Amino acid sequence: MTHILKPQFRHPKLRTNALGLTRRDYEGVISTLCAGCGHDSVTAALVEACFDMELPAHRVAKMSGIGCSSKTTNYFLNRSHGFNSVHGRMPSIATGANLANRDLVYLGVSGDGDTASIGLGQFCHAVRRRVNMLYICENNGTYGLTKGQFSATNDRASKNRRGMETPFDSIDLCNMAIELGAGFVARAFSGDKAQLVPLIKAGLHYRGFALIDVISPCVTFNNHTTSTKSYDYVRDHNHMVGRLDLVPEREEITAEYEPGTSADVTLHDGAQMKLSKLDESYDPTDMETALPVLERYKKRGEIATGVLYIDDREQDLHDLIGTTNQPLNEVPADALCPGSSALDAINDAHR
Amino acid sequence: MDKTDVTDPDYFHKVVDCQWACPAHTPVPEYIRLIAHGRYTDAFMINWESNVFPGILGRTCDRPCEPACRRGRIEDKPVAICRLKRVAADNRGPIDDRLPPIPAFKNGKRVALIGAGPASLTVARDLMPLGYDCVLIERDPQGGGLMRKNIPSFRLPVDVLDEEVGRVLDMGVTTRFGTEITSLQSVLDEGFDAVFVGTGAPRGKDLRVPGREEADDNIHIGIDFLSSVSFKHIDAIGKRVVVIGGGNTAMDCCRTALRLGAESVTVTVRSPRADMKASDWEIEDAEREGIPILDNHSPKEFILTDGRLTAVVFERMRAEYDDTGRRRLIPTGEPDVVIECDDVLMAVGQDNAFPWIERDAGIEFNDWEQPVVDRQTFQSTRPGVFFGGDAAWGPENIIWAVAHGHQAAISIDLYCRGEDLNDRPPPEVNLVSQKMGIHEWSYDNDVSNEQRRIVPHVDPALSLRDLSMEVELGFDVQQAVDEAMRCLNCDIQTVFTDQLCIECDACMDICPVDCINFTQNLEEPDLRETLRVPAMNHEQALYVSGDLNTGRVMVKDEDVCLHCGLCAERCPTGAWDMQKFFFFDAKAQPEPTREQPNAA
Ligand SMILES: Cc1cc2nc3c(=O)[nH]c(=O)nc-3n(C[C@H](O)[C@H](O)[C@H](O)COP(=O)(O)OP(=O)(O)OC[C@H]3O[C@@H](n4cnc5c(N)ncnc54)[C@H](O)[C@@H]3O)c2cc1C
Ligand SMILES: Cc1ncc(C[n+]2csc(CCOP(=O)(O)OP(=O)(O)O)c2C)c(N)n1
Ligand code: SF4
Ligand code: SF4
Ligand code: SF4
Ligand SMILES: [Mg+2]
Repeated sequence: MTHILKPQFRHPKLRTNALGLTRRDYEGVISTLCAGCGHDSVTAALVEACFDMELPAHRVAKMSGIGCSSKTTNYFLNRSHGFNSVHGRMPSIATGANLANRDLVYLGVSGDGDTASIGLGQFCHAVRRRVNMLYICENNGTYGLTKGQFSATNDRASKNRRGMETPFDSIDLCNMAIELGAGFVARAFSGDKAQLVPLIKAGLHYRGFALIDVISPCVTFNNHTTSTKSYDYVRDHNHMVGRLDLVPEREEITAEYEPGTSADVTLHDGAQMKLSKLDESYDPTDMETALPVLERYKKRGEIATGVLYIDDREQDLHDLIGTTNQPLNEVPADALCPGSSALDAINDAHR
Repeated sequence: MDKTDVTDPDYFHKVVDCQWACPAHTPVPEYIRLIAHGRYTDAFMINWESNVFPGILGRTCDRPCEPACRRGRIEDKPVAICRLKRVAADNRGPIDDRLPPIPAFKNGKRVALIGAGPASLTVARDLMPLGYDCVLIERDPQGGGLMRKNIPSFRLPVDVLDEEVGRVLDMGVTTRFGTEITSLQSVLDEGFDAVFVGTGAPRGKDLRVPGREEADDNIHIGIDFLSSVSFKHIDAIGKRVVVIGGGNTAMDCCRTALRLGAESVTVTVRSPRADMKASDWEIEDAEREGIPILDNHSPKEFILTDGRLTAVVFERMRAEYDDTGRRRLIPTGEPDVVIECDDVLMAVGQDNAFPWIERDAGIEFNDWEQPVVDRQTFQSTRPGVFFGGDAAWGPENIIWAVAHGHQAAISIDLYCRGEDLNDRPPPEVNLVSQKMGIHEWSYDNDVSNEQRRIVPHVDPALSLRDLSMEVELGFDVQQAVDEAMRCLNCDIQTVFTDQLCIECDACMDICPVDCINFTQNLEEPDLRETLRVPAMNHEQALYVSGDLNTGRVMVKDEDVCLHCGLCAERCPTGAWDMQKFFFFDAKAQPEPTREQPNAA
């Protein structure tokens, strides 16, 4: 672990955004993760995305569980809201927070252990309920924090450092999320920020449940040659199904796209997603054709990355259960608590 | 771009901005670290070996290192490098046992050094330990050159000067003080094996404007005035003094006049203030003593009343710059300004002049009456006659004179041994990892956020009345440590090993000042523009790796690197390492040890 504080000095020519902030204003404390951990790259990508989106820190709520990955919420946006829950319980905390204050931007950061093992049930219900949040799973196929046990996303063929194999098949969080009704599902690699940053931005713009499964190598416990989540393996087996350009509402679309190779998706807030296909057979807006293609990639030991599924008509939890439009802290007290006569009326209806 | 060749000593040397800018290439960050550790004597010796006059330079150096200092590019003010040098000199312990031994048996070669300024003294300092017999010939009764007669003692105390000049003379230099050379031929006739001309630029320029001749009694050439003051030929001046000129000599003249009892002193400069030649700190010091500086005032006439100077008339000017940036001063047409005065000090520049060198002595002079001197060897067109310091190419400063002296000594040594003067000895270079353990370095990599410390001054009520009271007190130990900690350790290099990098981006993500990039390789101009923060300071190099596995390259912009080592701390594979680059410029050295040190 680095013992010194990160120097406050910044490049004198560092760009500022419309809020007058530099990228460094979106940082947190210095990382305590192992040197070279993929999670730190995801943190850097988050910093860049939030800087580009000109997000004011106080509009963001960072939610996480337990794990090296879950620790990273301390390494960016240090002036944001945040909750570090018990292991695997981040989705229910996020659901509750979101119900109470629908106006914040919810950013969940979790790991494959936190999500696919102990928190699997929680994860499924957050997806099913379409909580409006971006859920990032920093997937390294191992329990990094507890020193490298197999996680539920570790591929069967992927041996651990001591050459041991897992007898179980891996859980594919993306497939699962698509089936459970997530409207935005993407996969990325921590080592490719050019791909990851636009995906994060799109996920933050998206209203509904957005998942990005980021393959994020654990340099210490799962970066050996027999791992399928190592830097080298992921670089060699990365298949981008499509490329994403995100155009915020106020900008004009200037890039040229070959006809037929791109799909335009307009998000709820007006931002435009330009998806150019790299795999002709893949249509991320059609769940029925997409899932088998993903299955094929997986069988070949390849990693499909990019936007895997997008549904721009999704309704979020608030739409589905018809909550008030205001965050609860803005609802006047008499409306929030209408008094005992209103309670009596409800009780009477059940007698 | 091509992969950077870091085995070329110039590459890492350039990263050490201060050392690169120092004409004598003093290993600055190394001595600053030693000061921070309280190792003043070691810090002093590093300086002494590089620049011969640490105590003098720690007070008076023109400090080209400071404008170059990297710290000045990430916040307002550079490290107070010069004043830290003085700290080493002020606090050092005994050094007698560390000085080079002087051979009892001489090598039989005699070298004449004409003029006892810093240039000649440096030649003597380098040649004496090699067994040369050095004969120092000086017009004045003492050694030191302009350091003694022109730099006022309120900036440079005489005891500091005596000590550092004495240290060279004590090596056994033969001195002929009080001897003016009026003929080079007479020196050559003495049969010296080599002659070094270090006579400086002794002629102060004059201004030919109406009234100049008539008012001559009360118009003094600045450098002559200062010499007369130091040799105590002058101890008073008129009540009202006008100083003409905007260089450091003008600043010394006006402050000296104040101390001689002048009641009002005014400095006038032809050009705009921004173009003044004087160093910022010298201007500050003069103004702090209450001396007004009037810029854009061009002297037009000296007015005499009853045959005595009573005023100077100035024309108001303004500067205009053409497309090439060349300046022209044009009168504004405003009414002239008349400043009443009793004495004028003229500080409008100096020339080197050689009335005593016969034009048939084999030394070629150019159209401006300047000797033709080789930039690398310092040899004139007559083999065996060398020039250095202000005598070579006109007025510079002490540290340049020292740098010239070192190079001239190398040449003289080569010449006397019959070797090729262009076959210069290589510098001593070394590159050593500073890694002590995981995230532990043998230097303090925690970057200090402190502001530049200000050197305390004595009470002006006292110093303005005493010509020899030193104005600056120097840093105390705590201030020195605080200031030393501001140094960014630019000699601790970031060294990249292509084969080890797994392209995890950790170093790029952690770097607080966005130096590091992983990107497609391009030609330099394009590459500079595409970096995370475009590298628009073209004076600073890009460090480019070979092709990495993904086909990209690592590109580091050296410009504002803090040398904090975080890249190396966050690298999982040790592809970055922090390595101390030691560079010691070659000096004339005894033959047996003249081996080629390997650059690691
Ligand atoms: C007023 C003033 C202030 C300055 N302040 C600073 C400062 O703060 N910092 C700084 O770095 N530089 C300063 N300088 C410049 C600096 O002093 C010179 O650049 C430096 O001293 C040059 O060194 P040198 O060895 O070439 O010659 P000098 O120091 O000029 O020494 C030449 C010597 O040769 C002698 N000599 C000349 N002709 C003959 C002869 N024919 N026979 C015998 N002897 C002869 C002279 O008497 C003199 O002693 C200042 C200069 C002036 C004028
Ligand atoms: C209830 C509970 N059970 C077990 C643990 C021990 N534990 C801490 S982190 C962790 C796994 C984390 O794995 P992952 O989410 O993949 O994070 P990584 O460290 O790999 O980023 C486990 C099992 C715990 N902290 N709490
Ligand atoms: S143990 Fe693995 S996951 Fe945890 S910080 Fe180290 S490299 Fe990252
Ligand atoms: S030492 Fe490394 S991390 Fe620190 S500023 Fe320089 S390049 Fe950046
Ligand atoms: S941290 Fe090391 S391995 Fe990672 S990209 Fe930088 S140099 Fe390469
Ligand atoms: Mg994990």
